[in-house]
Amino acid sequence: MKHKNHLLENVIHGVFLILGLITVGCVLLITAYLVVSGIPAIREIGLFNFLTGDTWASTAAEPSFGILPFILTSVYGTAGAILLGVPVGFLTAVYLAKIASPAVKSVMTSAVSLLAGIPSVVYGLVGMIILVPAIRTCFNLSDGSCLLAAIIVLGVMILPSIIDVSITALEAVPKEYEDASFALGATPIETYFKVSVPAAKSGIAAAVVLGVGRAIGEATAVMMVSGNVPNMPSLFQSVRFLTTAVASEMSYSSGLQQQALFSIALVLFLFIMLINATLNFFLKRNKEE
Amino acid sequence: MPEKQISGKRKAYIRIMKTLMAVSVILTFSLAVSVVVYVLIKGIPNISWELLSTEPSYLTDRIGILPDILNTVYIILATLLLVIPLGVGAAIYLTEYAKNKKMVAAIEYAAETLSGIPSIIYGLVGMLFFCQFLNMQTSLLAGALTLVIMNLPTIMRTTQESLKTVPQSYREGAFGLGAGKWRVIRTVVLPDCVDGVITGCILTVGRILGESAALLFTAGVVHTVNGLFEGLSNAGATLTVALYFYAKEQGEFEVAFAIAAILMLLTLGINLLVTLVGRYFKKRRSI
Amino acid sequence: MSNIITVDDLCLWYGSTQALHNINIEIPEKSITALIGPSGCGKSTFLKTLNRMNDLIPDVKTTGKIIYKDRDIFSPSVDVNILRKEIGMVFQKPNPFPMSIYDNIAYGPRTHGITNRIKLDEIVEESLRDAAIWDEVKDRLKKNALGLSGGQQQRLCIARALAVKPDVLLMDEPTSALDPISTSKIEELALQLKDKYTIIIVTHNMQQAVRISDQTAFFLLGELVEYGNTEEMFSRPEDKRTEDYITGRFG
Repeated sequence: MKHKNHLLENVIHGVFLILGLITVGCVLLITAYLVVSGIPAIREIGLFNFLTGDTWASTAAEPSFGILPFILTSVYGTAGAILLGVPVGFLTAVYLAKIASPAVKSVMTSAVSLLAGIPSVVYGLVGMIILVPAIRTCFNLSDGSCLLAAIIVLGVMILPSIIDVSITALEAVPKEYEDASFALGATPIETYFKVSVPAAKSGIAAAVVLGVGRAIGEATAVMMVSGNVPNMPSLFQSVRFLTTAVASEMSYSSGLQQQALFSIALVLFLFIMLINATLNFFLKRNKEE
Repeated sequence: MPEKQISGKRKAYIRIMKTLMAVSVILTFSLAVSVVVYVLIKGIPNISWELLSTEPSYLTDRIGILPDILNTVYIILATLLLVIPLGVGAAIYLTEYAKNKKMVAAIEYAAETLSGIPSIIYGLVGMLFFCQFLNMQTSLLAGALTLVIMNLPTIMRTTQESLKTVPQSYREGAFGLGAGKWRVIRTVVLPDCVDGVITGCILTVGRILGESAALLFTAGVVHTVNGLFEGLSNAGATLTVALYFYAKEQGEFEVAFAIAAILMLLTLGINLLVTLVGRYFKKRRSI
Repeated sequence: MSNIITVDDLCLWYGSTQALHNINIEIPEKSITALIGPSGCGKSTFLKTLNRMNDLIPDVKTTGKIIYKDRDIFSPSVDVNILRKEIGMVFQKPNPFPMSIYDNIAYGPRTHGITNRIKLDEIVEESLRDAAIWDEVKDRLKKNALGLSGGQQQRLCIARALAVKPDVLLMDEPTSALDPISTSKIEELALQLKDKYTIIIVTHNMQQAVRISDQTAFFLLGELVEYGNTEEMFSRPEDKRTEDYITGRFG
C-alpha cells in the first residue's frame, strides 16, 4: 500500500517535471532548427556578402542574396513605429494611470484591449483600403504601398502593449514619492512627469522594448501594406521586411533560395533573442526598484 | 515675499503636457473605435447566409466561407485539447513541485522567450518540424501543434498566476489530513485555479482567431468542407488565413471585409467574455 | 496513564539556523498538553514536527527521535500520510476548503479510501457532533463552508480533523484569530475531546493554558525550559525564566 503510493507520487512528479521542461524543449527545438537550417546558405553565400549585400535577386539567372535591404527596412520600420507609437502610448498611459476618472479609465482600458485583440490581417486590410490610397494621393505617388504605410500600421499595432506595460509600471510607483512631491508644492502634472515617470523608467523602457519586439516580428499586416519589393528602404518606396522576406517566397522556393530564407529567419531570430534579453533586463530592474 | 502664483514657465509646461495627453488619449480612443466601426460597416452588409453556409466554387464563381469557419473551429479544438494539459501541467510543476530555483528560472525564461518569438518563425519551424520532419504534410494538425507551442506560455502564465492565489492554508489543511501531494493538487489546488485556466483558454482562442503567419505554411490555404478528423489531417485555411488570401492574393475585398467583420465581432465577444469571467470568479472568491 | 509520544533529543534546523535544541518530552495520552512561550521560541515548530508538517518547508533538517506508538516517526518505514491521519492538526487560522461543509468533513475519509455514501454520512454527522457544531450546520451541509463565521469555521476544521479518527490532535493557536465567545466554545470543546483524544495545543494565552491543560511545556529560544503539571508549574515554577515569563516580565 505504502510503496504503491510512493511509486505513484514519484511517477506523477516525473510527469509534471516533463511538462515543466516542455517550454525549455521548445525553445531548444526552435533554436536548433533555425541554426541548423540557417547556417548552410550563409556558408555558401558568405556571412559578409549575406549581411551587407544590397541586392536580393533570388530568382535571377545569376542570383544574388544580400539581405541588407531587409535588415535596414526592419530597423527603420521598427524605429518609425516606435517614434509614432511610443509618445502617444506613453502619454495615454500617464493619463490613464494617474489622472483619468474610473469611468474614463474603464472605457479606455476596453478600447486598448480591443486594439490589442484586432487580428493583424484586419489591420493589414484596413491599411490596404484606407491608408495606402491615402498616401498615394497625399504624396502623389504611383503606388501608396510603402515603408511609411507599414510604419503607421505598426505604430498603431504596438500601441496596446506600450500602454499596458507602462500603466503597470506607473501604477507600481509608491504613493509616498508622489505625496512628497505634492508636499513640496509641485502640481499634479509636474509630479507625474518629474517624479512618477522617472521612478517607473525601467518599466517604461520595458514597454518600449516590447513594442520593438512586436514591430520587428509582425509579418502579415506589413506584407499587406508595404508593397513587398526588395528595395533599399526609403519612406515612399515599396519595401520588404525580414519577416515578409521569409513569408513571401517560402511557398515556391527551393534549393539555395529556400536555405537563404531560413538564414533570414535565423537573423530575425537573433534580433528577437537580443530584444528578449533586453526586455528581461528592464523587467528585472523594474521589479528590483 | 513668496509669489502668489506659480511661474508662467511652469504654467506653460503644465498646459502643454495636458494638451499632449488629451491628444494622445483621444487619438488612441478614436483609432480603436474607428477601426472597429469601419470594419463592421464595410463588412456586415456582405455577410449573407449563402456566404456562411457554402464552400467556394470556381464553377459557379461563388465564394463561401463554411470550410474556413469549420477549419477555425477544428484548429481551436485541437489546440486547446493539447495546450491545456501541457500548460496547466507546466504551471503546476513550477508552483507546486519545483524546488530548484535555477530550474524555475530556466523554465520561466523559456516561456518568456516563446511568447516573444514572432509567429512567422513559428510558422517556419512548424513547417520544418511538423510538416516535413514528422511527415504530417501541410495540415490543420500541424497548424494546431504549432499553435500549441505558441500558446503554451499564455496558459502557463494565467494558470500560474491563479495557482499563486490559492491560499497556502488550503494545502496545509489537506496535507494535515494525510492527503498525498497529488491528491492535494487534484482536489484542493486545481479546482481553485479554474479561473486562470479559463482565462488562458479564452485568450488562446483570441490569439488563434487572429493568427495568420504561423498557419500559412503549416495549415495551408485550402477551402474544402471536412469532418473533424478528416479535417485535421488535411490542409485548410482558417478564417484569418482566408481573409489574408482573399484580400492579398485575389482582391476579393467584399469577402475579406465580411470575414473581417466576423473576426471583429468575435474579438469583441472575447474581450467581453474575459471581463465577465474575471468578474464572476472575483465574486465567487470573495464569499 | 501511558505516554503516547516520546521525544528523544530532537534538534531542528532551518537551513543553518538551529530552531530546536535537544528537546526531550513525554506526552501522556488522553490529556491536554499546552506549549507556551514567547513568539519565535520554537513551540509551533515543535508542534509541526510531531506530524512532520515541517517536511513541506524546504531546507529543514532534524536529528533525534520522536517515538509514536513504538515507532520513530522519522524512520523510512513510516508513511507520512498515515502518520498525519493518526496525528491530526488544527491550524492557527481557520482554513476550510472552498467546498461544501459536507465535502470538507468527508475530505479526510475519502482521502483514506472511504467512498461508501452511508458510511460517509455517518462519519460527517459524528464528527460534526463531536466538534459541537452539528446543530448549527445540519440544515446546510451542502452550503459552502466559507459562508460560516470564523468561530464556526474553526470548529468545522476541528470536525474535519476528527473525521479521520486520529489519536492525537495538534492545535496551533486555534483561538488566536477568534473572538472571546468563539474562544470559550473551542476551549470547552477541547475539554470534552480529551476523553477520546490526546491534545497538544500551542497557545499565546496563559489563562487558556491554565484553564484547559493538564501539563504545560515552556519553550524559550528553541529550548524546552520546563515541563510539568500545569497547576504546579504556574504556582511553583522551578526555573527562574519560567517564573519571569508567567509573571509577565517578558514575552
